Amino acid sequence: MEKFDVIVVGAGLAGLAAAYTLAGKGVEVLVLERGDYPGAKNVTGGRLYVNPVRTYFPDLWKDAPWERHIVQEGLSLMANERSLAIDYRGRELREEPHQSYSVLRSKFDRWLAEQAESKGAMLLSKTRVDDVIREQGKVTGVKAGGDELNADVVIACDGVLSLVSEKAGIRFAGKPHDYAVGIKELIVLESGVINERFNLEGDEGAARLYVGQVTKGRFGGGFLYTNRESVSLGIVIGIEEMLNDATIDAPALIEDFKQNPEIAGLVRGGTTAEYSAHVIPEGGFKSLRALYGDGILVAGDAAGLALNMGFTVRGMEYALASGYFAAHAAIRAKEKGDFSAETLSAYKTLLEESFVLKDLAAFKEAPDVLRNPRIFNHYPEMIGGLLKDLYSIGDHPKAGIYQTLKRHLGMGEVWSIIKDMTGVRRI
Amino acid sequence: MSDAAALKAKLGLNVFKPLREPHIRIRAGMEKDPRLRPAVRICPAGLYSENEKGEIVLAIDGCLECGTCRLGCGTDVLEWNYPEGDTGVQFRFG
Ligand SMILES: Cc1cc2nc3c(=O)[nH]c(=O)nc-3n(C[C@H](O)[C@H](O)[C@H](O)COP(=O)(O)OP(=O)(O)OC[C@H]3O[C@@H](n4cnc5c(N)ncnc54)[C@H](O)[C@@H]3O)c2cc1C
Repeated sequence: MEKFDVIVVGAGLAGLAAAYTLAGKGVEVLVLERGDYPGAKNVTGGRLYVNPVRTYFPDLWKDAPWERHIVQEGLSLMANERSLAIDYRGRELREEPHQSYSVLRSKFDRWLAEQAESKGAMLLSKTRVDDVIREQGKVTGVKAGGDELNADVVIACDGVLSLVSEKAGIRFAGKPHDYAVGIKELIVLESGVINERFNLEGDEGAARLYVGQVTKGRFGGGFLYTNRESVSLGIVIGIEEMLNDATIDAPALIEDFKQNPEIAGLVRGGTTAEYSAHVIPEGGFKSLRALYGDGILVAGDAAGLALNMGFTVRGMEYALASGYFAAHAAIRAKEKGDFSAETLSAYKTLLEESFVLKDLAAFKEAPDVLRNPRIFNHYPEMIGGLLKDLYSIGDHPKAGIYQTLKRHLGMGEVWSIIKDMTGVRRI
Repeated sequence: MSDAAALKAKLGLNVFKPLREPHIRIRAGMEKDPRLRPAVRICPAGLYSENEKGEIVLAIDGCLECGTCRLGCGTDVLEWNYPEGDTGVQFRFG
């Protein structure tokens, strides 16, 4: 029977970050990935923020296969018949080091796997882990493709559903409340066309978020990221929200979004090359999953380490960082020659001391506060209505600005806004 | 093009390696379970439908392996696994 120091399940960002870190310290590590290649099963929006993880992997970023660096942040409130867009640009977004980049996972993950392999990590693709091996409650390896593979530590980086930690008995299947699904189309467009339409130059990129009617006024939103020669267009919507609203049809949401006049012009003439979907953990701190057990560590989406901050969904940096810390916890355990849950709990401490659990704790109320339907339904309509009246010039004398404001922002409205703001103060 | 045909066309863009066996199954006797019904609406690939007997049926080809049905309907009604290695969707972009 084969024995490794560490077996990593899943060659996503968490797993590859763990393998890269372990191999860099001379630890023998095997990564098992069910896809044909790393990234073959992975979907993101997406945009990766580098600053939080820059120092954990100092040599990595220079040659990373980025799509574009984001210099433009857009937020659109979408009402039924009108919309309001905020467009933020700034020198700080154009200056190096750039804070965030758009990425495509099948390219990015393959590249990251090459980096880990060049450090000495072993990667086996097309291999699904079917079960874990347990001896007296302690995880001692995995079963994959009929083989048994042993290790001192198994690091489950198998993504949002983490069937591996379920098999290890440290996690139960999740609840709809804590998850959203992202549905995405990759639309190919010439880079010159992208630059013209979005007012970009060279490798500059744009990120846009759309909230309101795109998810029928429910918690979620639409996103658009520009890549070099394509646009990533998608919808994120809570699974519970979909269950509760019988009018929602998931495939239609993204189709309608694509045909919305706000979007249609941006992707006109483009060709859809791929249609994908993937569940996202959205419960944040309150629904963190098991982080460790005897002989096992859990990192990335598998541990629920993702955050919906309202204006952006973040999971990739948490996956990279938690993979890094899981590797360090495994290294310490190896030094001690003890792989018990108690020793491996050092992983949790490392996460607590880092931005990972600090961010999640700071935003722990965000999922509940953002679930407020007024944010996705009432405000886009109210603000849209206000703008309509401000901007319309009819055949009758125009109402004064104050009068128009007062009509839309009466006492009741102002009072509700104050109430909503007290909610927002929690995040 | 009907919505269903448009969706089929979108799924046809993906690289998809034939499955040796279905990785998701409706558990026997659960075909009419109310927990399964939403699958018809919430599956991004539109793979669930209702037949003339009022049962929910699943046509697995084209599955995006996203996990929505597992979370939305639960494992009491669905037997759910990822497909074996070397099979299923292989994203070229992601
Ligand atoms: C539509 C969408 C938009 C998003 N937008 C953003 C964004 O803009 N910014 C951001 O930071 N985050 C975003 N996220 C979240 C982000 O993509 C995830 O948090 C991140 O991919 C998690 O990485 P991971 O390595 O933990 O998991 P994954 O990337 O899911 O990797 C898990 C790996 O494990 C493998 N695997 C699973 N089970 C097994 C098994 N049994 N055997 C072998 N291998 C297995 C899988 O094939 C996969 O390679 C978005 C997510 C979605 C779906």
